[in-house]
This record gives sequence, C-alpha cells and structure tokens, in this order.
Amino acid sequence: MKLKSLLVSLGLLAGASIAQAEEPLKVGFVYVGPVGDLGWSYEHDMGRKGLEEYFGDKVKTTFVENVPEGADAERVITQLAKAGNDLIFTTSFGFMNPTVKVAKRFPKVTFEHATGYKLSKNLGTYVLRTYESRYISGVTAGMMTKTNTIGYIGSFPIPEVIRDINAVYMGAKSVNPDVKIKIVWANTWYDPGKETDAANALMDQGVDVMLQHTDSPAPLIAAEKRGLRAIGQASDQSKFAPNAHIFSVRDNWAPYYIKEVQAVMDGTWQSKDFWGGIQDDMLTLASINPNLPKDVRAKIDSTYAMIKSGEFKPFTGPIKDNKGNIAVPANHSLTDVELAQVNWYVEGITDKIPH
Amino acid sequence: MIRIQARTEPSSLMKVASPLLAITLTLIFGCILFSAIGKSPTQALHVLLIAPLADSYNIGEMFVKMGPLLLCAVGLSLCYRANMWNIGAEGQLLAGALGGSAVALYFIDSESSFALPMTLLAGIISGMLWAAMPTFLKLKYNSNLILTTIMFNYIALYLLIWAVHGPLRDPEGFGFPESALFSDNTLLPVLFESSRIHLGIVFALISGVIGWFILSKTHLGFQIRVFGADEPAARYAGFSGKKLSWLVMLFAGALAGLAGVSETTGPIGQLVPNVSPGYGYSAIIVAYLGRLHPLGAILAAVFMAVLYMGGDLAQIEMGIPVAVVSMFQGVLLFFLLACDFFINNRLAFTNQATN
Repeated sequence: MKLKSLLVSLGLLAGASIAQAEEPLKVGFVYVGPVGDLGWSYEHDMGRKGLEEYFGDKVKTTFVENVPEGADAERVITQLAKAGNDLIFTTSFGFMNPTVKVAKRFPKVTFEHATGYKLSKNLGTYVLRTYESRYISGVTAGMMTKTNTIGYIGSFPIPEVIRDINAVYMGAKSVNPDVKIKIVWANTWYDPGKETDAANALMDQGVDVMLQHTDSPAPLIAAEKRGLRAIGQASDQSKFAPNAHIFSVRDNWAPYYIKEVQAVMDGTWQSKDFWGGIQDDMLTLASINPNLPKDVRAKIDSTYAMIKSGEFKPFTGPIKDNKGNIAVPANHSLTDVELAQVNWYVEGITDKIPH
Repeated sequence: MIRIQARTEPSSLMKVASPLLAITLTLIFGCILFSAIGKSPTQALHVLLIAPLADSYNIGEMFVKMGPLLLCAVGLSLCYRANMWNIGAEGQLLAGALGGSAVALYFIDSESSFALPMTLLAGIISGMLWAAMPTFLKLKYNSNLILTTIMFNYIALYLLIWAVHGPLRDPEGFGFPESALFSDNTLLPVLFESSRIHLGIVFALISGVIGWFILSKTHLGFQIRVFGADEPAARYAGFSGKKLSWLVMLFAGALAGLAGVSETTGPIGQLVPNVSPGYGYSAIIVAYLGRLHPLGAILAAVFMAVLYMGGDLAQIEMGIPVAVVSMFQGVLLFFLLACDFFINNRLAFTNQATN
C-alpha cells in the first residue's frame, strides 16, 4: 500500500510539474466590431485563430468583440488583464488612451495597440504599411481606367488615409500620366449605406475604378451593378462582386501575432512602433480576378515583387506636393516617423485635405 | 377561450410576483440557451449576473456604468409620468458632453478653481438647451415629441462628430478624431483610490433622491402625477400643462447633459466620437424597469449595469459570443416588462367564444 501511495504522489508531482511547464501563455484581444464584420475585426480574429493554430496548447486566447471606444474600453482591457492575460492586443485607434491607462496599472502585462502613437515600457504599437498595397492598387487602377478617372472613398482625413491616397495616385500616374483621382470623405470606417452613396457619387462623376479606405463591400457591389471595377479592402471581398472585383488587399495579422507571442514567451519582447507590410506577409493580394488583361496581371505581379524584395519603396523622392513644394527630397525614402506625419497631397491631386 | 382583460384594480399579488416570475422564466430560458451552445448554464448565469458584483473592482465599475443610465432615467421617469414622451436623452447627453468638453478644453491650461464647475454647468445647460428645442416645437406647434427628440439625437451626434473632427480636435493628435486629454483641473475627482468611481456617480444617486422627493413629496410632483394620470382632471384643477411640460423636460435635459459631461470629464477624460454606447436609449428601459419611480430607477440602473458588465465577462471568462449574450439580455428585459403587463391585466378563461 505504501508503495502504491508513493507512486501516486510521485505521479501527482510529475503531473503538477508538467502542468506548470505547459502553462499556456494567455493572450487577449479587444475588437471594436463584431467578428462577423467581414472586415477589420474579422481579420484580427483570423489572426487570433492563426495564432492558436500555430502554438496549439501553448497559448490560450480570449477575445471581446463589439467593445465601444468610450468609457467601457478601459474596463474590458482591465478585466482581460485581471483574468491573467499575459499579452493583450487592442485593435482599434479609439482604444489608445484606455490602453495607456491600463498598461500603467499592470506593469507585468504586455500590451500592444494597433494604429496608435503612444508607447510605454510595456505598451507597443503596430500598424500596416497599407500604402504599399495601395500603390499596387493605384498601378492597377491606372491601367484599368478607360475614363482616366479613379475614385477613392476616404474614411477620415488622418495621415494613414492621406498617405494611402498619395500612394494610389503615384501608382496610377506611374502607368498613366493622364489619370485623375476623385476623393469623397465618408467619415466612417464602416457604413454600407454611406459607402454606397459615396461610390455612386464618384461613379456619377466619371469614375470607373473604385478604391476605398472603408471596410464594407458596399462600394464593390455598387461598381458591380454599373459594370465598373473596384478593389476590395481588408478582407477578401471577391464574392460580393465577381466581375467588378480586381483583387482584395487582405490584412494578414497572424504572422505578427505569432512573432509577438514568441517574443513574450522567450522574454525578448520590447516596446516598439512596428510597421508591417508586404515584406512581412501582413498585406496580401487575395483573389486576383482571372478576367484581368494579361499585361495588367503581369504588372501587378512585378510591382508586388519589387516591393516585396525591398527594391522599391513608394515614398522615395523626389516627390512634390500639390502646392509645388518638395515634399520628399531626391534619394530619400520617408522614414516611419515621417510617414506617420504625411499631411500633404502629391502633385496632381486637385483637391484639398479637409480640416 | 382565453382573453386578455383589464383589471379594475392593479393586482397587488402580481406587483410582487411579476419580477420573480420574470426571473424564473429567464433562468429557464438561459439554461436552455447556454446548454444549446455547449456551455455550463450555472457557470454562465453566475458570470452574467453575479460575477459583476463579485469583487471591489467590478463593483466600482458597476457604479461607473450605472451613473449615466441613472441620471438619464430619473429625468425620463418624470417626463413619462407627465406624458411627455421624451426619447431624446441620448441627444441631450451628447449635447452635454460636447458643451462641457468645449469649456474643459478652454480651461486646459488654466489653474482656475472655477474650471470644473463651469465645465459641468456648460454640460447641464447644453443638455437643457437640447431638451428645450423639441419642447418648444411641441408646445408651440404641437409637433410630435417622440419624432423631434429622436431627430435631435441625430443632430447632436453629428454635431459632436463634426466638432471632434474640427474645432475640438487635438492639434497634436496626428489628425485622429479626438480631443486633447483634459487637464486634471477639469476632471471629476475619483472617490476611491484605484477605482474609477467619480463624483458623477454621487450626482446620479442624488438625482434619484431629488427626483423621488419632487415626485412624491411636493405639490409639483402631485401635479405631474395627476397630469399624467388624467389630463382633463388636471386642467380642471387649474394645473398648467405647459409649465409642467417645460419643467420635466428641462429637468431631464439637465440630468442627461450632466451625464454626458460626467462621462467626458470622468472615466473618458477627453471628447471622443463614442462618448455614449446608447445610454440615453438604455435609460428608457431603466426608467420602465424602475416603474417610472426615481428610486426604482436606482435599482434598475444597477441591474442594467450588471447585465452589461456580465456580457463582457461572459466573453472573457467563457468565450460566449456577444450575440448569445445580447439575446439573453433581450429575453430577460422582455420577460420583465411582459410580466408587468399582468399587474394591470389578466387572462380571462371563458367557455364560449365571445361575439
């Protein structure tokens, strides 16, 4: 009997030590939308699932969806920290100040905030180089347009969006010197009704290729109805507009989430402002339409390859702004800090940035 | 044959039994719902209804959440007692947040001890102004108060969004739509270290008591009750409907405005586009759950705050999707209000069809 109880307690000890060794890293996510938005929050959740797939039992993920960007955000982030999460991703700009406050109170927890600009010892930020994929979108739109007019639905006039409009226009101009861009501000990230109105307003003005910085597939559906073309945003939107759809730029967060979780596991995590793009596989071109002309398809692939290899950076001088000033001097590529402050349109955009 | 029959006297048995019946029905429904998605019903109900009050942090957050609900609901209770169908608490709250924030930003570099009182006053006045306009339209032109107050909600929302993109935007915020952080001088003092319980919650509790006092202990309250119960009798008694309408609407506007400014100078600390996740609308439910009694509103606000927080905790602790949580909350509110129907009505069983 003695032997048996000894064996049992040994077994228990072994079990306990194994359990301790395999204690999973707990990772929390805060989403602004429902995971079913098929856009921004959906792709972050795909990233979370990619993380679980990669690490298996070594991570345990939790998410809270539909979190308002007001007083509630701080509570939700705090509760995730209190629930023992070691790493918390807050995935919308409006969570910035709440994340800063909670990070201060939980110095042992690691926080990462998407699209913001405030850092601290245990708080990092991450953002996508969407201007890279926008440049490819611009090249494609410049080749596809027959009216030499492309349209852009802006969400909010923040540097990210201004930067991307510039990238689109520079891309389009590189293949089509006569191209013009028309811009409408929807003042929303997601509102299918408004996005449809904006798309129709642009197409009424002769736009025949639609680009958007908003997340719903509504502009693609509007373009499909008129037999025109459009490029999808954030997630694969091909099924909403089988003919109009050129390709979708897909946000791919999994590689980043895997990298950061690994760093926290290894104890090598450091606070930083991370920019991820095509080189990091965080932006991909999804469902390139087989109905595109061969030369367009070839140009998409070659531009993508040039950015992927690092051979080409869209914001490389000389670039003039639309008031004639030198915005980027020759032989200089904008640094990340400079990219974060773009508040000018490139030469050729006959529009004003709303203030 | 079952018919619904109005009771001659409200049933005193049902007054007590109604909430108990509603809770029993909800618990049965919850067991079925959570079992259906493969979660433990007892654990789910515990997380949803008890965990929000299980520790001091959560209790503090419950107060933070109930504050704006209660302020709005007390005002609405008085309005509805006087047959003024004010659906505009949301707009009045947003107007208060906007007006108060404008003043708070004006005082951003000031050491003046008037800064906070002026900020709060601006919020209160803005809320009153927002309530005054539909009241004027109703009394002067007999417009439908329900419709105009709803419309004013949208006007307030878009005015706030405009302000936060324009004149009140943080000049150093990289163009993102939010104001600068308020200075400590215009922030509501926090009452307990390491919690977010702020002075606004004291205002809310006091408002409940004041509302009760007015309604139950003053001649004015008597007039409101008579007016709501029997308008011709009130007129015959010489009560001025106009005066009462103005009073209840301005009172409700002031409280909702205070709720708004307390959110921005309390837990949020700046003006953001999402000040309110719909407090003004939820307060309508709170007012009815409290049976249009200001003290009842306190209990109802606690209850609603617990429900909201339980929803987040259910996601964090059990991974229950937000849609299922919302369904549970919806059913609970439905049963609560539906069972109240039987206080004044009853089912009559007859043997033969009526003519």
